[in-house]
Amino acid sequence: MGQIIQYVKSYLTSDQTPGAAGNMFWVLVYILLVFAGLSVAVIAMNWLERKILAHMQVRLGPMRVGPHGLLQPIADAIKLLLKEDILPAEADGLIFWTAPFLVVLAAFTVFVVVPFGPTHAITDMNIGILFMLGVSSLSVLGIVMAGWASNSHYPLIGALRSSAQMVSYEVAMGLAVVSAILMTSLNAEGTGTLSMIGIVQAQQVQHEWFIFKFFPLGLVAFFIFAVAMVAETNRAPFDLAEAESELTAGFHTEYSGFRWSLFFLAEYSAMIAVSSIAVTLWLGGWLRPFPNVLSGATWDEIFSFFPGASFLFLAAMCFYNTARMPKHPLFRIQTIGLAAFGAVLGLIGLVLFIPGVRVRIQDIFWFSAKVAGFMYLYIWYRGTFPRYRFDQLMRMGWKVLLPLGLGVLILTASVALLQQKIWRP
Amino acid sequence: MNEPNTLSHLDLETHEKPFLDANELVLNMGPQHPATHGVLRVILHLDGEKVLGLECVIGYLHRGVEKIGEHRTYTMFNPYVDRMDYVAAVSNGLGYCETVEKLLNVEPPARAQHVRVILTELNRIASHQLWLGTHALDIGAITPLFYTFRDREEILKIYEKYCGARLTTHAFRIGGLQYETYAGFEKEVKNFLDFFRPKIDEYEELLTTNRIWVERTKKVGVISGKDCIALGVTGPVLRASGVKWDLRKAQPYANYKNFDFEIPTGQNGDTYDRYLVRMAEMRQSVRIIQQAVDGLPEGPIIAKVPKVMKPAVGEVYHSIEAPKGELGYFIVSDGSTQPYRVRVRPPSFVNLQALDLMCRGQLVADVIAVIGTLDIVLGEVDR
Repeated sequence: MGQIIQYVKSYLTSDQTPGAAGNMFWVLVYILLVFAGLSVAVIAMNWLERKILAHMQVRLGPMRVGPHGLLQPIADAIKLLLKEDILPAEADGLIFWTAPFLVVLAAFTVFVVVPFGPTHAITDMNIGILFMLGVSSLSVLGIVMAGWASNSHYPLIGALRSSAQMVSYEVAMGLAVVSAILMTSLNAEGTGTLSMIGIVQAQQVQHEWFIFKFFPLGLVAFFIFAVAMVAETNRAPFDLAEAESELTAGFHTEYSGFRWSLFFLAEYSAMIAVSSIAVTLWLGGWLRPFPNVLSGATWDEIFSFFPGASFLFLAAMCFYNTARMPKHPLFRIQTIGLAAFGAVLGLIGLVLFIPGVRVRIQDIFWFSAKVAGFMYLYIWYRGTFPRYRFDQLMRMGWKVLLPLGLGVLILTASVALLQQKIWRP
Repeated sequence: MNEPNTLSHLDLETHEKPFLDANELVLNMGPQHPATHGVLRVILHLDGEKVLGLECVIGYLHRGVEKIGEHRTYTMFNPYVDRMDYVAAVSNGLGYCETVEKLLNVEPPARAQHVRVILTELNRIASHQLWLGTHALDIGAITPLFYTFRDREEILKIYEKYCGARLTTHAFRIGGLQYETYAGFEKEVKNFLDFFRPKIDEYEELLTTNRIWVERTKKVGVISGKDCIALGVTGPVLRASGVKWDLRKAQPYANYKNFDFEIPTGQNGDTYDRYLVRMAEMRQSVRIIQQAVDGLPEGPIIAKVPKVMKPAVGEVYHSIEAPKGELGYFIVSDGSTQPYRVRVRPPSFVNLQALDLMCRGQLVADVIAVIGTLDIVLGEVDR
């Protein structure tokens, strides 16, 4: 017993990720935390997407289930779980059933290496970024399987579109990633890293987020990645695979209930995953903003108040809306619910002000905040852009982003070489 | 346009063959499909994503409107025509009323004519707004739909105040109008015009220069003016192909000859030009309504028409420029209280037959864009 406690305790003093430290207990704890966090994030995304999109489109969005529709995702989840699981008569049963699991597996496995903080990752692989890109592209397989096994024309076309699109955008994406990885090698030893944590640490050491590095090269690489990642996750304006007006629902046309919700889950976690890559590679991962301009212990202290403050702000919004709720008795439960939700948020905010928690939590907060920014962008794109046509999408991938990526890669390499050999011999 | 218009250069019977020995994919789109605007069924013959040819299957919404007309008196049939093109019900009513008036040799009074023009042009705007929203939705821009519906609501409010109905209005009667305009009608119409003018700019801001929108619509669904005439295609589709043909100018009906407006035309006959033409038409409609409401005369609203209408034996064809094209009514009278035959020439039905021609060699996504740009209403196609 004592041994076990010793084993559990031994990690607490470690400055490594549990995976790297080899402590299986904490690995398990982290896996559960990441999985739970991800599920909550997907649920929150569901509600936020509807709400934000609705407000962009001069409507209210969900308002009935819970205060301001807060319980809508839960109602949806229940509905999906209770729905009949339909296997089309002519479908290939085994492949049809495996496909959604494969997609979910690929979407969730990548979170093994996502660094929420210097020690807040399940593990730190020395090939972290390669692992992420490799595993996330496995989801293509699931999509093709789903489209093929459905034995129906719409899913087939959707799956083929989707696979062609994901494969071609991965090329441009890879080139952009390489140019960011090149930047990690700009240190005294001249050695780069593929580790997700190492990449962020390189930005910390160089006192510069890679998006601003060699301006505008970092920015262009980031832009290429930002476009490619939207295409990679099959989201608007590149949502050809599930283009509602053309292919009804694309590769998951024939899926219903729980299996459909797995695709949904996978789509949103894939969005979070690629956003995490972008945040890690270009936006300094868990590092707080303005590390150079506003440096020093005082500013560190001030920035560490942000997590609590943002939760308190959300709580204040809840209370503000509670006050605005209709006074009719029918709305009493909703009003109380909203106030309770605000109270919970406020409580979390207050907990985050405790000095010990404050310092430990801020890495995770900054990382999540940056990812959340990308999530907002995703919704914004969807509300704004018409959909690309298939040939235009391919043209953009191969004729615009790919040459641009190559150019940026060559220029980055040249500038990096110049900096190392000439300016700083 | 003096050359003979024949269909001989159009091979609409057979479709193209797939590349090399590739298998042809037959995709059944509809009748339940988000983008076929109702219950249109399109059988697509595809080579991968490329469309080799397509067949439209229609009739899912057939209600026998023309046959019903033979068993109703002239007055009773009036509300039925609203149910054909239900997004432009007022135009349908205008066409029918004017045809019967022609048959009866009745001239509606000036005030009725003016109110008719105001309501019909408002209806044209409403119809184009609905077209714009759904067309943009088909191409993937989901937001314009809500903007256009928000603004269309203002028009429907005017209708509701005027005659109690919002969609199938039954606004006109044979010989004029049943209702005098409500107090403040002119002011509300003027307010709407002031409200709506900047809104057209708002729609255009969202789409006209949007790169994706331009790429998706330019050179898509191209049809030449000659083919349009050969197929009988009318309305904005014809005008976008460069043919300046608008019945409001060509064969003025109601009192359109008193108003000053232009006929917007395009050059390329592609989806983008059709979009521009319709946007310009909305501006012209605003212009016409402004003139009509400024010069709204006083006077009676309905001409003297017999209670029991028994037109003399004969037949008449009359057509008007509905938002979607030439809407014609052919009525044969045998001297009784009921028409002997009612035949409707619906613009959507005739325009729809150009779909195959416009989609050949394009991609699946373009079929959706072309269905949207033809602006069909299945209630009118099937009748």
